[in-house]
Amino acid sequence: MADKILKELTLKIWRQKDAKSKGGFETYKIHNVSTGSSFLEMLDILNEQLVSENKEPVAFDHDCREGICGTCSLFIDGRAHGPDDDVTTCQLHMRRFEDGATITIEPWRCGAFPVIKDLIVDRGAYEKILQAGGYVSVNTGGVPDGNAIPIPKDKADEAMDAAACIGCGACAATCKNSSAMLFVAAKVSQLALLPQGKVEAARRAKAMVAKMDELGFGNCTNTGACESECPKSISIEHIARLNREFLKAKLKD
Amino acid sequence: MSNFLTSSIGKKFILSLSGLFLIAFLCVHLALNLLLIFDNSGDLFNIGAHFMATNPIIKIVEPILAIGFILHIVLASILTIQNQKARPIKYARRNQGGNCEWSSRNMYILGAVVLIFLAVHLYNFWWNIKFPTLGTPLAETTVDGVAMEDTYLLVSSLFKTSVVYCLLYILGGIFLGLHLTHGFWSAFQSIGFCNQIWRKRLECLAKIFAFIIAVGFCIIPLYFMLGFAGN
Ligand code: HEM
Ligand code: SF4
Ligand code: FES
Repeated sequence: MADKILKELTLKIWRQKDAKSKGGFETYKIHNVSTGSSFLEMLDILNEQLVSENKEPVAFDHDCREGICGTCSLFIDGRAHGPDDDVTTCQLHMRRFEDGATITIEPWRCGAFPVIKDLIVDRGAYEKILQAGGYVSVNTGGVPDGNAIPIPKDKADEAMDAAACIGCGACAATCKNSSAMLFVAAKVSQLALLPQGKVEAARRAKAMVAKMDELGFGNCTNTGACESECPKSISIEHIARLNREFLKAKLKD
Repeated sequence: MSNFLTSSIGKKFILSLSGLFLIAFLCVHLALNLLLIFDNSGDLFNIGAHFMATNPIIKIVEPILAIGFILHIVLASILTIQNQKARPIKYARRNQGGNCEWSSRNMYILGAVVLIFLAVHLYNFWWNIKFPTLGTPLAETTVDGVAMEDTYLLVSSLFKTSVVYCLLYILGGIFLGLHLTHGFWSAFQSIGFCNQIWRKRLECLAKIFAFIIAVGFCIIPLYFMLGFAGN
Protein backbone atom coordinates (compact mmCIF):
# COMPACT_ATOMS: atom_id res chain seq x y z
CA MET A 1 0.00 0.00 0.00
CA ALA A 2 1.43 3.27 -1.05
CA ASP A 3 1.80 5.80 1.72
CA LYS A 4 -0.32 8.91 1.46
CA ILE A 5 1.19 12.36 1.53
CA LEU A 6 0.21 14.96 4.12
CA LYS A 7 0.35 18.15 2.05
CA GLU A 8 0.68 20.58 4.90
CA LEU A 9 1.13 20.43 8.65
CA THR A 10 1.42 23.27 11.16
CA LEU A 11 3.80 22.58 14.02
CA LYS A 12 3.67 24.53 17.26
CA ILE A 13 6.98 23.72 18.90
CA TRP A 14 8.46 24.83 22.23
CA ARG A 15 11.78 26.59 21.61
CA GLN A 16 14.13 27.43 24.45
CA LYS A 17 17.76 28.47 23.94
CA ASP A 18 19.12 26.93 27.13
CA ALA A 19 18.13 25.98 30.68
CA LYS A 20 18.15 29.61 31.83
CA SER A 21 16.27 31.21 28.92
CA LYS A 22 12.55 31.74 29.05
CA GLY A 23 11.42 29.96 25.90
CA GLY A 24 8.16 30.05 23.97
CA PHE A 25 6.23 28.49 21.12
CA GLU A 26 7.28 28.90 17.48
CA THR A 27 5.03 27.93 14.60
CA TYR A 28 6.39 26.15 11.52
CA LYS A 29 4.80 24.89 8.31
CA ILE A 30 5.98 21.63 6.81
CA HIS A 31 4.91 20.21 3.43
CA ASN A 32 4.60 16.84 1.74
CA VAL A 33 5.21 14.48 4.65
CA SER A 34 4.65 10.78 3.93
CA THR A 35 2.24 9.05 6.33
CA GLY A 36 4.79 6.24 6.38
CA SER A 37 7.44 8.38 8.05
CA SER A 38 7.85 8.29 11.80
CA PHE A 39 7.19 11.32 13.96
CA LEU A 40 10.91 11.81 14.53
CA GLU A 41 11.60 11.55 10.77
CA MET A 42 9.06 14.31 10.30
CA LEU A 43 11.07 16.41 12.79
CA ASP A 44 14.26 15.49 10.87
CA ILE A 45 12.65 16.88 7.69
CA LEU A 46 11.69 20.04 9.55
CA ASN A 47 15.26 20.41 10.81
CA GLU A 48 16.73 20.04 7.31
CA GLN A 49 14.34 22.74 6.20
CA LEU A 50 15.44 24.97 9.12
CA VAL A 51 19.14 24.37 8.39
CA SER A 52 18.66 25.24 4.71
CA GLU A 53 17.02 28.49 5.85
CA ASN A 54 20.02 29.13 8.12
CA LYS A 55 17.91 28.72 11.24
CA GLU A 56 18.69 26.79 14.40
CA PRO A 57 17.29 23.22 14.18
CA VAL A 58 14.93 21.98 16.89
CA ALA A 59 16.74 19.99 19.59
CA PHE A 60 15.02 16.76 20.60
CA ASP A 61 16.17 13.53 22.24
CA HIS A 62 16.41 10.26 20.32
CA ASP A 63 18.70 7.29 20.01
CA CYS A 64 17.55 3.77 19.11
CA ARG A 65 14.42 4.86 17.24
CA GLU A 66 12.89 1.45 17.82
CA GLY A 67 11.28 1.81 21.24
CA ILE A 68 13.91 0.16 23.41
CA CYS A 69 16.25 2.81 24.77
CA GLY A 70 13.87 5.28 26.39
CA THR A 71 15.68 8.34 25.07
CA CYS A 72 12.91 9.91 23.00
CA SER A 73 10.23 11.90 24.80
CA LEU A 74 7.86 14.71 23.67
CA PHE A 75 4.39 15.76 24.77
CA ILE A 76 2.44 15.69 21.51
CA ASP A 77 -1.03 17.25 21.30
CA GLY A 78 -1.47 17.00 25.05
CA ARG A 79 -0.26 13.42 25.47
CA ALA A 80 3.08 11.86 26.37
CA HIS A 81 4.56 9.98 23.38
CA GLY A 82 1.63 11.19 21.27
CA PRO A 83 -1.87 9.89 20.63
CA ASP A 84 -1.11 6.14 20.41
CA ASP A 85 -1.11 3.83 23.43
CA ASP A 86 1.85 1.60 24.30
CA VAL A 87 4.38 3.21 21.96
CA THR A 88 7.28 5.61 22.31
CA THR A 89 7.47 8.76 20.20
CA CYS A 90 10.00 7.10 17.88
CA GLN A 91 7.42 4.37 17.14
CA LEU A 92 4.68 6.89 16.35
CA HIS A 93 3.83 7.27 12.67
CA MET A 94 2.52 10.23 10.73
CA ARG A 95 -0.48 8.19 9.57
CA ARG A 96 -1.97 9.08 12.97
CA PHE A 97 -2.34 12.70 11.82
CA GLU A 98 -4.70 14.35 9.35
CA ASP A 99 -3.64 16.54 6.47
CA GLY A 100 -3.75 20.19 7.50
CA ALA A 101 -3.51 19.40 11.23
CA THR A 102 -1.83 21.63 13.81
CA ILE A 103 0.43 19.61 16.11
CA THR A 104 1.56 21.00 19.46
CA ILE A 105 4.92 19.65 20.64
CA GLU A 106 6.14 20.35 24.18
CA PRO A 107 8.95 19.02 26.34
CA TRP A 108 8.15 16.91 29.45
CA ARG A 109 6.85 19.37 32.05
CA CYS A 110 7.98 18.33 35.49
CA GLY A 111 9.94 20.34 38.03
CA ALA A 112 12.38 17.47 38.51
CA PHE A 113 13.04 17.29 34.72
CA PRO A 114 14.28 20.79 33.84
CA VAL A 115 14.40 21.79 30.15
CA ILE A 116 17.97 21.94 28.82
CA LYS A 117 17.18 23.10 25.29
CA ASP A 118 14.02 23.17 23.15
CA LEU A 119 12.38 19.77 23.65
CA ILE A 120 15.21 18.15 25.61
CA VAL A 121 14.85 17.76 29.37
CA ASP A 122 17.34 16.52 31.94
CA ARG A 123 16.08 13.16 33.17
CA GLY A 124 19.05 12.73 35.52
CA ALA A 125 16.57 12.62 38.41
CA TYR A 126 15.65 9.06 37.39
CA GLU A 127 19.35 8.06 37.37
CA LYS A 128 19.70 9.51 40.87
CA ILE A 129 16.76 7.45 42.11
CA LEU A 130 18.36 4.33 40.61
CA GLN A 131 21.69 5.15 42.19
CA ALA A 132 19.95 5.39 45.56
CA GLY A 133 19.06 1.69 45.51
CA GLY A 134 17.89 0.34 42.19
CA TYR A 135 20.50 -2.42 42.07
CA VAL A 136 21.55 -5.72 43.62
CA SER A 137 24.91 -5.81 45.40
CA VAL A 138 27.07 -8.61 44.04
CA ASN A 139 30.41 -9.78 45.44
CA THR A 140 33.23 -10.32 43.00
CA GLY A 141 34.30 -13.89 42.30
CA GLY A 142 33.44 -16.63 39.86
CA VAL A 143 30.37 -16.30 37.66
CA PRO A 144 27.43 -17.87 39.58
CA ASP A 145 25.30 -20.50 37.85
CA GLY A 146 22.29 -18.67 36.43
CA ASN A 147 19.95 -21.54 37.29
CA ALA A 148 21.28 -22.30 40.78
CA ILE A 149 18.40 -20.47 42.48
CA PRO A 150 14.99 -21.72 41.32
CA ILE A 151 12.47 -18.93 40.61
CA PRO A 152 8.76 -19.68 40.10
CA LYS A 153 7.62 -18.92 36.57
CA ASP A 154 4.87 -16.47 37.59
CA LYS A 155 7.29 -14.45 39.72
CA ALA A 156 9.87 -14.43 36.93
CA ASP A 157 7.20 -13.22 34.51
CA GLU A 158 6.04 -10.44 36.82
CA ALA A 159 9.62 -9.32 37.41
CA MET A 160 10.20 -9.35 33.66
CA ASP A 161 7.11 -7.20 33.06
CA ALA A 162 8.40 -4.65 35.57
CA ALA A 163 11.87 -4.80 34.04
CA ALA A 164 10.42 -3.68 30.69
CA CYS A 165 10.57 -0.08 31.98
CA ILE A 166 12.91 1.94 29.76
CA GLY A 167 13.08 4.96 32.07
CA CYS A 168 11.59 7.33 29.50
CA GLY A 169 9.91 9.58 32.09
CA ALA A 170 6.46 9.60 30.48
CA CYS A 171 4.92 8.50 33.78
CA ALA A 172 6.03 11.59 35.69
CA ALA A 173 5.49 13.80 32.63
CA THR A 174 1.87 12.75 32.22
CA CYS A 175 0.91 12.46 35.89
CA LYS A 176 -1.18 15.40 37.10
CA ASN A 177 0.96 15.30 40.26
CA SER A 178 4.30 14.83 38.46
CA SER A 179 4.74 11.66 40.48
CA ALA A 180 7.52 9.23 39.60
CA MET A 181 5.82 6.33 41.38
CA LEU A 182 5.37 4.11 38.32
CA PHE A 183 9.06 4.26 37.47
CA VAL A 184 10.16 3.68 41.07
CA ALA A 185 7.57 0.92 41.49
CA ALA A 186 8.80 -0.85 38.35
CA LYS A 187 12.40 -0.73 39.55
CA VAL A 188 11.56 -1.80 43.11
CA SER A 189 9.25 -4.61 41.90
CA GLN A 190 11.61 -5.99 39.34
CA LEU A 191 14.15 -6.70 42.09
CA ALA A 192 11.87 -7.37 45.08
CA LEU A 193 10.18 -10.22 43.21
CA LEU A 194 13.43 -12.15 42.76
CA PRO A 195 15.38 -13.98 45.48
CA GLN A 196 18.58 -12.12 44.59
CA GLY A 197 16.84 -8.78 45.09
CA LYS A 198 14.81 -9.65 48.20
CA VAL A 199 17.85 -9.39 50.47
CA GLU A 200 18.07 -5.61 50.04
CA ALA A 201 14.36 -5.02 49.39
CA ALA A 202 13.65 -3.01 52.56
CA ARG A 203 16.66 -0.73 52.27
CA ARG A 204 16.03 -0.27 48.54
CA ALA A 205 12.38 0.76 48.91
CA LYS A 206 13.19 3.28 51.63
CA ALA A 207 16.21 4.77 49.83
CA MET A 208 14.52 5.09 46.44
CA VAL A 209 11.33 6.62 47.84
CA ALA A 210 13.36 9.07 49.94
CA LYS A 211 15.33 10.09 46.84
CA MET A 212 12.16 10.44 44.77
CA ASP A 213 10.61 12.74 47.41
CA GLU A 214 13.81 14.74 47.81
CA LEU A 215 14.03 15.44 44.06
CA GLY A 216 10.62 17.13 44.13
CA PHE A 217 8.39 14.63 42.37
CA GLY A 218 4.74 14.85 43.47
CA ASN A 219 2.62 12.43 45.49
CA CYS A 220 0.76 9.62 43.76
CA THR A 221 -3.06 9.78 43.91
CA ASN A 222 -3.66 6.58 41.94
CA THR A 223 -5.24 8.21 38.90
CA GLY A 224 -3.68 5.54 36.67
CA ALA A 225 -2.72 8.04 33.95
CA CYS A 226 0.90 6.79 34.05
CA GLU A 227 -0.13 3.26 33.22
CA SER A 228 -2.19 4.45 30.22
CA GLU A 229 0.70 6.49 28.85
CA CYS A 230 3.57 4.13 29.68
CA PRO A 231 4.98 2.83 26.38
CA LYS A 232 5.77 -0.46 28.10
CA SER A 233 2.32 -0.80 29.77
CA ILE A 234 3.82 -1.10 33.25
CA SER A 235 0.86 -1.79 35.55
CA ILE A 236 0.08 0.25 38.65
CA GLU A 237 -0.20 -3.03 40.54
CA HIS A 238 3.55 -2.47 40.94
CA ILE A 239 2.73 0.79 42.75
CA ALA A 240 0.66 -1.23 45.23
CA ARG A 241 3.70 -3.48 45.70
CA LEU A 242 5.98 -0.48 46.21
CA ASN A 243 3.55 0.85 48.85
CA ARG A 244 3.62 -2.56 50.56
CA GLU A 245 7.40 -2.83 50.42
CA PHE A 246 7.85 0.69 51.76
CA LEU A 247 5.26 0.39 54.54
CA LYS A 248 6.65 -3.01 55.61
CA ALA A 249 10.18 -1.63 55.71
CA LYS A 250 9.13 1.44 57.71
CA LEU A 251 7.05 -0.52 60.22
CA LYS A 252 10.05 -2.73 60.92
CA ASP A 253 12.28 0.25 61.74
CA MET B 1 9.71 5.81 61.88
CA SER B 2 11.02 9.37 62.21
CA ASN B 3 10.60 10.52 58.61
CA PHE B 4 7.59 8.33 57.91
CA LEU B 5 5.18 11.26 58.05
CA THR B 6 7.29 13.42 55.77
CA SER B 7 7.53 10.71 53.09
CA SER B 8 5.03 10.72 50.25
CA ILE B 9 3.85 7.15 50.89
CA GLY B 10 3.64 7.76 54.65
CA LYS B 11 1.33 10.72 54.15
CA LYS B 12 -0.76 8.74 51.68
CA PHE B 13 -0.99 5.93 54.23
CA ILE B 14 -2.47 8.22 56.88
CA LEU B 15 -4.75 9.85 54.29
CA SER B 16 -6.04 6.40 53.34
CA LEU B 17 -6.59 5.25 56.90
CA SER B 18 -8.45 8.44 57.74
CA GLY B 19 -10.46 8.06 54.52
CA LEU B 20 -11.38 4.47 55.36
CA PHE B 21 -12.34 5.53 58.87
CA LEU B 22 -14.59 8.24 57.42
CA ILE B 23 -16.13 5.59 55.14
CA ALA B 24 -16.92 3.42 58.18
CA PHE B 25 -18.51 6.44 59.82
CA LEU B 26 -20.58 7.14 56.70
CA CYS B 27 -22.01 3.61 56.79
CA VAL B 28 -23.25 4.02 60.37
CA HIS B 29 -24.49 7.53 59.67
CA LEU B 30 -26.44 6.48 56.58
CA ALA B 31 -27.99 3.45 58.29
CA LEU B 32 -29.23 5.69 61.10
CA ASN B 33 -30.50 8.40 58.76
CA LEU B 34 -32.51 5.96 56.71
CA LEU B 35 -34.71 5.47 59.79
CA LEU B 36 -36.08 8.90 58.85
CA ILE B 37 -37.93 7.53 55.86
CA PHE B 38 -39.15 4.29 57.36
CA ASP B 39 -41.34 5.79 60.04
CA ASN B 40 -43.30 8.98 59.43
CA SER B 41 -44.16 9.32 63.11
CA GLY B 42 -40.45 9.88 63.72
CA ASP B 43 -40.27 7.58 66.75
CA LEU B 44 -37.82 5.17 65.13
CA PHE B 45 -35.39 7.93 64.19
CA ASN B 46 -35.76 9.65 67.57
CA ILE B 47 -34.92 6.41 69.39
CA GLY B 48 -31.88 5.97 67.12
CA ALA B 49 -30.71 9.55 67.61
CA HIS B 50 -31.29 9.36 71.36
CA PHE B 51 -29.30 6.13 71.52
CA MET B 52 -26.40 7.73 69.65
CA ALA B 53 -26.52 10.89 71.77
CA THR B 54 -26.42 9.00 75.07
CA ASN B 55 -24.19 6.04 74.18
CA PRO B 56 -20.78 6.27 75.93
CA ILE B 57 -18.99 4.62 72.98
CA ILE B 58 -20.26 7.35 70.68
CA LYS B 59 -18.96 9.93 73.16
CA ILE B 60 -15.48 8.46 72.68
CA VAL B 61 -15.80 8.08 68.91
CA GLU B 62 -16.99 11.65 68.34
CA PRO B 63 -13.64 13.39 69.02
CA ILE B 64 -11.83 10.62 67.09
CA LEU B 65 -14.11 11.34 64.17
CA ALA B 66 -13.26 15.03 64.34
CA ILE B 67 -9.55 14.14 64.37
CA GLY B 68 -10.12 11.82 61.39
CA PHE B 69 -11.69 14.65 59.40
CA ILE B 70 -8.96 17.10 60.34
CA LEU B 71 -6.17 14.64 59.49
CA HIS B 72 -7.81 13.84 56.16
CA ILE B 73 -8.27 17.48 55.21
CA VAL B 74 -4.83 18.63 56.40
CA LEU B 75 -2.99 15.79 54.62
CA ALA B 76 -5.07 16.18 51.47
CA SER B 77 -4.19 19.89 51.44
CA ILE B 78 -0.46 19.30 52.00
CA LEU B 79 -0.34 16.64 49.28
CA THR B 80 -2.28 18.80 46.84
CA ILE B 81 -0.04 21.84 47.41
CA GLN B 82 3.10 19.73 46.96
CA ASN B 83 1.66 18.23 43.78
CA GLN B 84 0.91 21.69 42.39
CA LYS B 85 4.49 22.77 43.09
CA ALA B 86 5.95 19.68 41.41
CA ARG B 87 5.09 21.13 37.98
CA PRO B 88 6.09 24.81 37.98
CA ILE B 89 5.48 25.24 34.23
CA LYS B 90 2.18 23.80 33.04
CA TYR B 91 1.49 22.24 29.65
CA ALA B 92 -0.04 24.50 27.01
CA ARG B 93 -2.11 21.61 25.72
CA ARG B 94 -3.30 18.73 27.83
CA ASN B 95 -5.55 15.84 26.96
CA GLN B 96 -6.17 13.70 30.02
CA GLY B 97 -9.62 12.46 29.11
CA GLY B 98 -8.51 9.09 27.81
CA ASN B 99 -5.95 8.58 30.57
CA CYS B 100 -7.88 8.52 33.79
CA GLU B 101 -11.27 9.12 35.38
CA TRP B 102 -12.48 12.67 35.91
CA SER B 103 -13.17 12.05 39.59
CA SER B 104 -9.63 10.79 40.19
CA ARG B 105 -8.24 14.04 38.80
CA ASN B 106 -10.51 16.27 40.86
CA MET B 107 -10.44 14.69 44.31
CA TYR B 108 -9.49 17.90 46.08
CA ILE B 109 -12.26 19.90 44.46
CA LEU B 110 -14.79 17.16 45.18
CA GLY B 111 -13.53 17.00 48.77
CA ALA B 112 -13.74 20.78 49.14
CA VAL B 113 -17.38 20.78 48.01
CA VAL B 114 -18.08 18.01 50.52
CA LEU B 115 -16.40 20.17 53.16
CA ILE B 116 -18.58 23.19 52.39
CA PHE B 117 -21.61 20.95 52.58
CA LEU B 118 -20.32 19.52 55.86
CA ALA B 119 -20.08 22.99 57.40
CA VAL B 120 -23.69 23.80 56.49
CA HIS B 121 -24.79 20.37 57.68
CA LEU B 122 -23.07 20.72 61.05
CA TYR B 123 -24.64 24.12 61.50
CA ASN B 124 -28.12 22.81 60.62
CA PHE B 125 -28.21 19.86 62.97
CA TRP B 126 -25.18 19.19 65.13
CA TRP B 127 -24.95 22.79 66.38
CA ASN B 128 -28.62 22.89 67.34
CA ILE B 129 -28.49 19.49 69.02
CA LYS B 130 -25.27 20.19 70.94
CA PHE B 131 -25.96 23.75 71.91
CA PRO B 132 -29.74 24.05 72.23
CA THR B 133 -29.33 27.18 74.31
CA LEU B 134 -27.46 29.02 71.53
CA GLY B 135 -29.52 27.97 68.55
CA THR B 136 -33.17 27.05 68.30
CA PRO B 137 -34.01 24.91 71.33
CA LEU B 138 -35.09 21.36 70.49
CA ALA B 139 -38.63 20.25 71.16
CA GLU B 140 -39.14 17.37 73.58
CA THR B 141 -41.01 14.21 72.80
CA THR B 142 -41.72 10.94 74.55
CA VAL B 143 -41.27 7.56 72.92
CA ASP B 144 -42.40 4.52 74.93
CA GLY B 145 -42.40 6.60 78.10
CA VAL B 146 -38.84 7.89 77.62
CA ALA B 147 -38.47 11.64 77.26
CA MET B 148 -36.02 12.69 74.54
CA GLU B 149 -35.20 15.48 72.09
CA ASP B 150 -37.41 15.51 69.00
CA THR B 151 -34.58 15.28 66.49
CA TYR B 152 -37.00 14.06 63.86
CA LEU B 153 -38.87 17.35 64.02
CA LEU B 154 -35.64 19.29 63.54
CA VAL B 155 -34.67 17.34 60.43
CA SER B 156 -38.10 16.93 58.88
CA SER B 157 -39.09 20.57 59.31
CA LEU B 158 -35.88 21.70 57.60
CA PHE B 159 -36.49 19.47 54.60
CA LYS B 160 -40.23 20.14 54.47
CA THR B 161 -39.80 23.91 54.48
CA SER B 162 -36.73 24.52 52.38
CA VAL B 163 -36.28 23.29 48.82
CA VAL B 164 -32.91 25.05 48.74
CA TYR B 165 -31.60 22.96 51.64
CA CYS B 166 -33.01 19.81 50.06
CA LEU B 167 -31.15 20.53 46.82
CA LEU B 168 -27.98 21.34 48.75
CA TYR B 169 -28.15 18.02 50.59
CA ILE B 170 -28.76 16.18 47.33
CA LEU B 171 -25.74 17.87 45.77
CA GLY B 172 -23.67 17.02 48.84
CA GLY B 173 -24.62 13.36 48.44
CA ILE B 174 -23.70 13.33 44.76
CA PHE B 175 -20.30 14.96 45.32
CA LEU B 176 -19.55 12.60 48.19
CA GLY B 177 -20.42 9.68 45.91
CA LEU B 178 -18.08 10.99 43.20
CA HIS B 179 -15.30 11.41 45.80
CA LEU B 180 -15.78 7.80 46.77
CA THR B 181 -15.85 6.30 43.25
CA HIS B 182 -12.13 6.97 43.29
CA GLY B 183 -11.41 7.25 47.01
CA PHE B 184 -12.72 3.84 47.97
CA TRP B 185 -10.39 1.79 45.77
CA SER B 186 -7.56 4.34 45.94
CA ALA B 187 -7.37 3.88 49.71
CA PHE B 188 -6.69 0.16 49.32
CA GLN B 189 -4.10 0.79 46.60
CA SER B 190 -2.36 3.32 48.87
CA ILE B 191 -2.01 0.89 51.75
CA GLY B 192 -0.69 -1.75 49.35
CA PHE B 193 -3.74 -3.98 49.42
CA CYS B 194 -4.18 -4.36 45.69
CA ASN B 195 -3.00 -6.45 42.77
CA GLN B 196 -4.19 -7.23 39.24
CA ILE B 197 -7.17 -9.31 40.46
CA TRP B 198 -8.18 -7.20 43.46
CA ARG B 199 -7.96 -4.02 41.44
CA LYS B 200 -10.91 -5.06 39.28
CA ARG B 201 -12.87 -6.15 42.35
CA LEU B 202 -12.11 -2.99 44.31
CA GLU B 203 -12.87 -0.66 41.42
CA CYS B 204 -16.21 -2.39 40.91
CA LEU B 205 -16.94 -2.38 44.63
CA ALA B 206 -16.04 1.33 44.78
CA LYS B 207 -18.64 2.16 42.13
CA ILE B 208 -21.32 0.13 43.91
CA PHE B 209 -20.45 1.58 47.31
CA ALA B 210 -20.32 5.16 46.00
CA PHE B 211 -23.68 4.64 44.33
CA ILE B 212 -25.26 3.32 47.54
CA ILE B 213 -23.86 6.23 49.57
CA ALA B 214 -24.95 8.85 47.03
CA VAL B 215 -28.42 7.43 46.52
CA GLY B 216 -28.84 6.72 50.24
CA PHE B 217 -28.08 10.27 51.28
CA CYS B 218 -30.02 11.85 48.39
CA ILE B 219 -33.15 9.81 48.98
CA ILE B 220 -33.79 11.38 52.41
CA PRO B 221 -34.22 15.04 51.37
CA LEU B 222 -36.05 13.83 48.23
CA TYR B 223 -38.50 11.88 50.38
CA PHE B 224 -39.42 14.99 52.37
CA MET B 225 -39.27 17.33 49.38
CA LEU B 226 -41.73 15.20 47.41
CA GLY B 227 -44.08 15.14 50.36
CA PHE B 228 -43.96 11.44 51.21
CA ALA B 229 -43.73 12.30 54.88
CA GLY B 230 -46.87 14.46 54.73
CA ASN B 231 -46.81 18.18 55.41
C1 HEM C 1 -16.98 12.10 54.58
C2 HEM C 1 -16.05 12.66 53.93
C3 HEM C 1 -14.90 12.02 53.20
C4 HEM C 1 -14.64 10.69 52.93
C5 HEM C 1 -15.45 9.48 53.34
C6 HEM C 1 -13.40 10.65 52.19
C7 HEM C 1 -12.78 9.49 51.75
C8 HEM C 1 -11.59 9.44 51.05
C9 HEM C 1 -10.87 8.26 50.71
C10 HEM C 1 -11.26 6.84 51.08
C11 HEM C 1 -9.75 8.63 50.01
C12 HEM C 1 -8.67 7.72 49.43
C13 HEM C 1 -7.40 7.81 50.22
C14 HEM C 1 -6.16 7.45 49.46
O1 HEM C 1 -6.17 7.04 48.33
O2 HEM C 1 -5.09 7.60 50.03
C15 HEM C 1 -9.77 10.04 49.92
C16 HEM C 1 -8.80 10.79 49.26
C17 HEM C 1 -8.78 12.16 49.20
N1 HEM C 1 -9.66 13.03 49.83
FE1 HEM C 1 -11.30 12.47 50.90
N2 HEM C 1 -12.94 11.93 51.99
C18 HEM C 1 -13.84 12.79 52.60
C19 HEM C 1 -13.73 14.17 52.67
C20 HEM C 1 -12.71 14.93 52.09
C21 HEM C 1 -12.54 16.34 52.22
C22 HEM C 1 -13.43 17.23 53.08
C23 HEM C 1 -11.44 16.68 51.46
C24 HEM C 1 -10.77 18.02 51.18
C25 HEM C 1 -10.97 19.16 51.63
C26 HEM C 1 -10.94 15.50 50.84
C27 HEM C 1 -9.86 15.46 49.97
C28 HEM C 1 -9.26 14.30 49.52
C29 HEM C 1 -8.11 14.26 48.63
C30 HEM C 1 -7.36 15.44 48.03
C31 HEM C 1 -7.80 12.92 48.45
C32 HEM C 1 -6.60 12.40 47.67
C33 HEM C 1 -6.94 11.75 46.41
C34 HEM C 1 -6.37 10.35 46.33
O3 HEM C 1 -5.33 10.07 46.88
O4 HEM C 1 -6.99 9.51 45.71
N3 HEM C 1 -11.71 14.44 51.25
N4 HEM C 1 -10.90 10.54 50.56
S1 SF4 D 1 7.34 3.22 33.94
FE1 SF4 D 1 6.79 3.40 31.75
S2 SF4 D 1 6.47 5.61 31.47
FE2 SF4 D 1 7.60 5.39 33.39
S3 SF4 D 1 9.76 5.55 32.84
FE3 SF4 D 1 9.26 3.35 32.78
S4 SF4 D 1 8.71 2.95 30.65
FE4 SF4 D 1 8.62 5.19 30.88
S1 FES E 1 14.59 6.63 20.61
FE1 FES E 1 14.93 4.81 21.79
S2 FES E 1 12.94 4.50 22.62
FE2 FES E 1 12.56 6.13 21.24
